[in-house]
Amino acid sequence: MSGPSTYNPKSGFERWLDARLPLPRLMHDTMSTFPTPRNLNIWYTFGGILTFCLAVQIVTGVVLAMHYVANANLAFDSVEAIMREVNYGWLIRYMHSNGASMFFLAVYIHMFRGLYYGSYKNPRELIWIIGVLIYLLMMATAFFGYVLPWGQMSFWGATVITNLFSAIPVVGNSIATWLWGDFAVGDATLNRFFSLHYLLPFIISGVVGLHIWALHVPGNNNPLGIDVKSPQDTVPFHPYYTVKDAFYLVCFIILFAAFVFYSPDFFGSPDNYQPANPLVTPPDIVPEWYLLPFYAMLRSIPNKLLGVIVMGGAIVTLVFIPWLDTSRVRSCRFRPLMKQFFWAFAVACLLLGYCGAQSVDAERFGVPLVWVARIASLYYFAFFWLIMPVIGLIETPKKLPASIAQSVLGDNAATPAE
Amino acid sequence: MAATTSDAGTRRDFIYVASASIGAVGAAAMAWPFIDQMNPSSAALALGSIEVDLAAIQPGQQVLVKWRGQPLFVRRRTPAEIASAKAVDVASLPDGNARNANVADSAPATDANRAIKPEWLVVKGVCTHLGCTPQAATPQIPQGEYGGWLCHCHGSMYDTAGRIRKGPAPENLAVPPYAFLSDTRIKVG
Repeated sequence: MSGPSTYNPKSGFERWLDARLPLPRLMHDTMSTFPTPRNLNIWYTFGGILTFCLAVQIVTGVVLAMHYVANANLAFDSVEAIMREVNYGWLIRYMHSNGASMFFLAVYIHMFRGLYYGSYKNPRELIWIIGVLIYLLMMATAFFGYVLPWGQMSFWGATVITNLFSAIPVVGNSIATWLWGDFAVGDATLNRFFSLHYLLPFIISGVVGLHIWALHVPGNNNPLGIDVKSPQDTVPFHPYYTVKDAFYLVCFIILFAAFVFYSPDFFGSPDNYQPANPLVTPPDIVPEWYLLPFYAMLRSIPNKLLGVIVMGGAIVTLVFIPWLDTSRVRSCRFRPLMKQFFWAFAVACLLLGYCGAQSVDAERFGVPLVWVARIASLYYFAFFWLIMPVIGLIETPKKLPASIAQSVLGDNAATPAE
Repeated sequence: MAATTSDAGTRRDFIYVASASIGAVGAAAMAWPFIDQMNPSSAALALGSIEVDLAAIQPGQQVLVKWRGQPLFVRRRTPAEIASAKAVDVASLPDGNARNANVADSAPATDANRAIKPEWLVVKGVCTHLGCTPQAATPQIPQGEYGGWLCHCHGSMYDTAGRIRKGPAPENLAVPPYAFLSDTRIKVG
């Protein structure tokens, strides 16, 4: 999609700047005239929404850091002071805490979109892999951030997650001690988590830059999953997709605001309004909702090392998807078999999330949930490592349309537009 | 001339490789302080020891004390609890090691190797799975299937000697170094 630049500096100043720092040219080529498939649907607006989420988290986070104290004796009270005493502190903190959930909601939709329309396939493998890296960084950032209020869930969540590293044979305990800076989660841990929580969003911003750069070389995939063949298949990014993105962004902000103003603790745990107590573990430790599927996998395996390997493997697997999918057809619209397995996969993820939120010995309809989680975990791995490669070889895809323009405009596409 | 050129090339190659090597060693040496600063500071390493008064603890009771920032269980076991712990075949345990700082590293996980005096069980209250604090069973409220502790985080069950019996935890609850100062007083650490 990146072809010759169409930027045409008009004023003398623009020509002067263009010869020295062609920033307006970059913006013009990537955000204005950038040729974009004309058939992108609502699910393609989440990239823009995610950029907005990142910006919200950075702006609110920088403000919160002005009032927060990273000290095990003061952290909890400083968060309460933000909530009660700092002007609009409650609003900014609720935007930040709910913003994290909104960020993950958007990123999951974005990822499932990519899976459904085959956006990870040749030539977009690196966009996908960079995306997985962003997702990993997001999880680390969210985890560090959740520790900072130093409530009961903060403390025990930090304990459980850092103890995952102690499963590594031989050096595991030394690594855990190194992460803590002590022999248990404590003040040293809180301080370093604060430092990293402030750092990582800027790293994410940089990697998002790579993600967009890599996107602008082959250009967008689209719901048909076929390549752009002629200029007729595309429209300029502005105003067509700036307006579309803006519309759905506003819809998203309405949802975001509904949580912030009407149910700000919807995603939170009441236990986190109790100060951290290293002697008492809350009866049920539950991570934030966006980590529940992985938590359910960890809990369903009655062996420490194996549980940690499976949990890590579930994320590492994502990196290999571009090569695990053997089909030449990208979009599930034309893959009748794959489409069914895809939706079963979505259900498996939701089931895992549900199981992760329940207590460890819970049963539903006489079925122990730990077995539901085991079967769903098995399907998660089978979907990528078995079903994806095999289906690509045996499936007969539906007939692909000749072009995006023909699919959208019908026979009118035969005559040149305008 | 050809020989001279080749000599010069060799000398230049040597200088390249040598300076790059020195640079790499220097960078690695500089990296270490930045890695090691994350390890426990000397303040954290200067660990204290505590004394626990046992006089007030009744049979069947457990007290929770804080030691090195972590919970420590001191449990006065009933004769029935001791008997059930002794009745277990060590070969059937998931972790056959005593995990007791007061006995040899290779000691088997017999009840005698877990408690210095049978009536008193002193273990760290840190689940060996992912570090939660297990809940102690009482005659009124059983926790787990083995009369000892249940970790609610991920369902590990310990018996009345603090040994792992079921669930994802790999090891028995650790017994810290401790000694009896008198019949009713212990020093931990």
